[in-house]
Amino acid sequence: MNAKTADKIATGVIYAISAIVALILIAMLAFILVRGVPHLSWHFLTSPAKAFEAGGGIGIQLFNSFYLLILAMVISFPIALGAAIYLNEYAKKSKFTTVVRTAIEILSSLPSVVVGLFGFLIFVVQFHFGFSILSGAIALTFFNLPLLTRSIETSLAQIPNLQREAGSALGLSRWETVIHVILPAAVPSIVTGVVLSAGRVFGEAAALIYTAGQSAPALNFADWNPFNIASPLSPMRPAETLAVHIWKINSEGIMPDLDAVSAGASAVLIIVVLLFNLSARKIGAQLYKKLTSA
Amino acid sequence: MANNIDLKPVSEFITENAPERFILDMNSDKHEIAISTKDLQVYYGDNLALSEGDLSFERYKITSLVGASGSGKSTFLRSLNRMNDSVATVNGNIMYRGVDINTKAIDVYEMRRHIGMVFQRPNPFAKSIYNNITFALTQRGHYKKQELDEIVETSLKQAALWDQVKDELNKSALALSGGQAQRLVIARALALKPDILLLDEPSSALDPISSAQVEDTLLELKNQYTIIIVTHNMQQAARISDYTAFFHMGKVIEYDLTRKIFTRPKVALTNDYISGNFG
Repeated sequence: MNAKTADKIATGVIYAISAIVALILIAMLAFILVRGVPHLSWHFLTSPAKAFEAGGGIGIQLFNSFYLLILAMVISFPIALGAAIYLNEYAKKSKFTTVVRTAIEILSSLPSVVVGLFGFLIFVVQFHFGFSILSGAIALTFFNLPLLTRSIETSLAQIPNLQREAGSALGLSRWETVIHVILPAAVPSIVTGVVLSAGRVFGEAAALIYTAGQSAPALNFADWNPFNIASPLSPMRPAETLAVHIWKINSEGIMPDLDAVSAGASAVLIIVVLLFNLSARKIGAQLYKKLTSA
Repeated sequence: MANNIDLKPVSEFITENAPERFILDMNSDKHEIAISTKDLQVYYGDNLALSEGDLSFERYKITSLVGASGSGKSTFLRSLNRMNDSVATVNGNIMYRGVDINTKAIDVYEMRRHIGMVFQRPNPFAKSIYNNITFALTQRGHYKKQELDEIVETSLKQAALWDQVKDELNKSALALSGGQAQRLVIARALALKPDILLLDEPSSALDPISSAQVEDTLLELKNQYTIIIVTHNMQQAARISDYTAFFHMGKVIEYDLTRKIFTRPKVALTNDYISGNFG
């Protein structure tokens, strides 16, 4: 076989493999959306779940998912940013940084159910946080931290060294250069990373089953005092998220319209995750455009 | 962050401090020395990249550093404002206005405001043209808007960029062409009012027209600044510099008036290099 034919065959095989990957994704999405979208309605998205009768919604679970996501991001972003700045801008190759990097590797490969059980034993039981948004947010932080750190570190590493040299040649300290030159230039790519990781966190279930809990008590949406347990903002209340809800009703749900609720909830989950993924790059690209043209 | 560089008037420092071998033969008997090095040695790890770097640079002149790749000329240049601190060990003295700036006690951030640097590739910040110039200033001091406006205008004019960008100062600097960006970077360095401008192959990444513009800019600037430039371009060295130092394998082989180096070099190796026999 001559080189040209071999190249053609290889190209064909690679195309086919890529097409299969795309097809699997499209098939899965189509299946979930076709089954779920017909059940979606404003009522479904806003009303509380019903355990024994038909007509329940996913309002509280949806709110819980977003609230947990925000709390987890508020906790994990500053830590990840600090770690990434240290690793990329300050750390020289040493034993200590090797340990930190290995720790991040290991943390990122821990199964999320293990993170969940760890969170259960430490925060729920030992620290008496109970099944709560706080326990869940901390478990999600553990789950999210390594991925977010790595993504921010990559964003910083993409900024050419020329920028750092420019800073020091103007008599700026390393800190001034990082804060005022490197970070602003890295913002678009950092934002992309954050939004992508938000999509991952939003769909996480295993880490939350034993930490944020599997129940969604009724919330009083008129009460925004975070110290009241019925307030949507209370971090100490149990909070079943959308992903956990899907798992829960499929394993032990007894409502008559179980299939419809499950399909609808799955569709909502997948749509939100898709929105995060699709918007991530767009937001990043737009920020970059704004920073480089205006 | 007070000056810990004791700024004596430059005129106090004349050639008598310079190493004898490189005292330049010139008609006038007094030449102000802007910066000089003594016994400068630079190691990258165990690798000695520069073993003999003794040079004195005259004020308000352009000095070219030429030599093959790996000859130590860029290493030398980057040592002058201590940009090599984090990657290399630099031994020896760098005398600037009577102070050895190659010591721990020196505030390098302050020192680099006196000894500015421009690199091979234009590296404007991802900020507006205006903010590129004012940023380093406002980090250290308080300026009125009007003062900043004046500094921006003056330094852009000095770098011959003002006419092209005066109406779009708020535009991102990343939108500039390579030659414009390089002149913006020069303007940015000038805004700090340095004494000395170090340039590391400032036009090698530019097209011939932009390169010529940068050269013109440098010739204009020499009335007010001491300029030390590393270049691979012999014509450029011959065109713009008053003095030329030829580096080879980590040593300064010959240092003299540019016209002498290019017409009657004393060392055969220099002649070989400038006539293109190696390097």
